[in-house]
Amino acid sequence: MEGKTGMGLWQRFTMIFKSKANKALDRAEDPRETLDYSYEKQLDLLQKVRRGVADVATSRKRLELQIGQLDQQSAKLESQAKAALAGGREDLAREALTRRSGLTVQLNDLHTQLATLQDQEEKLTQASQRLQAKVDAFRTKKETIKATYSAAEAQTKINEAFSGISEELGDVGLAIQRAEDKTQAMQARAGAIDELVASGALEDATGTSKDSITAELERMASVSEVEDTLAAMKAELSGGTSPSAVEAPATPAVEPGPAAAPEPKPDQT
Amino acid sequence: MIVRIMGEGQFELPDDVMERLNELDDALEAALEDPQGFTPALQALLDSVRAAGRRLGDDELIESEVILPAAESSAAEVRAMLTDEGLIPD
Repeated sequence: MEGKTGMGLWQRFTMIFKSKANKALDRAEDPRETLDYSYEKQLDLLQKVRRGVADVATSRKRLELQIGQLDQQSAKLESQAKAALAGGREDLAREALTRRSGLTVQLNDLHTQLATLQDQEEKLTQASQRLQAKVDAFRTKKETIKATYSAAEAQTKINEAFSGISEELGDVGLAIQRAEDKTQAMQARAGAIDELVASGALEDATGTSKDSITAELERMASVSEVEDTLAAMKAELSGGTSPSAVEAPATPAVEPGPAAAPEPKPDQT
Repeated sequence: MIVRIMGEGQFELPDDVMERLNELDDALEAALEDPQGFTPALQALLDSVRAAGRRLGDDELIESEVILPAAESSAAEVRAMLTDEGLIPD
């Protein structure tokens, strides 16, 4: 980088990064004490990185859980749409599919977030491993320096070790911050989705009441079940258990309104 | 020459690639105000470092001469790092 006139982007970037990274490690009077002091801070940061990895993993699992719940709701709406269509209620099927497409939008969004979190988790895990290796190397070097050099002699060696580790600390510190920002934003959104799932409001995406599709399908189902049962009873009462009598009235579920109500049975008693 | 890509690790590069990297750095600087051009310019620079460099072991304690932004950095993030206090959390 010497061959360049003026200061390029990376020279500026490097300079700023280093001036900040060097502030991250305090120094004691005796350089050899500084080594121990610094090592403690490194261990602290290592703990922080591990907690960061755990936090991201927790957020990821929560997101996976929510995706699972929305997948289930989506599948339920699809089967409801099929049932409605089979019952001749295209309007109801359309309603279910409309709600389902609302869920699909949410799901796509959650999958994007999940990919981001997985990426963060992987990066932080690697950063944690790198920092661990560097901290171990620092500890070895620290012991060597303390055993081999006088306080006056140690300074150069200490400076080398310091620069190497403070860079890593600065880098990892930023990676944690970045991950924290991302997970915090996601946790806020995840909380909102949990509430939506719990209140059933997501199913309500089109503005109709929560379980109207389910209710309507149940009503259709119960009407046809009543018809079926009645038919079976009639068949039983009329002596023979003729199977044709059971199968014949299995269809009138299409228009449940007036057909279901009048069913006086004048034949017996 | 040792180069760190933030969030990724350190690379040792032969000195003769520096001219090429400086060109890519100029392009990146020019792209700093260009939201479309920044990411490709950063990728080009980082790819060259990765391709020309030998990755340093995690346990090597060596200071970098050059520090480059992480691959996923946006122009806005890099601009912020160049200007404000937010680079290293206290």
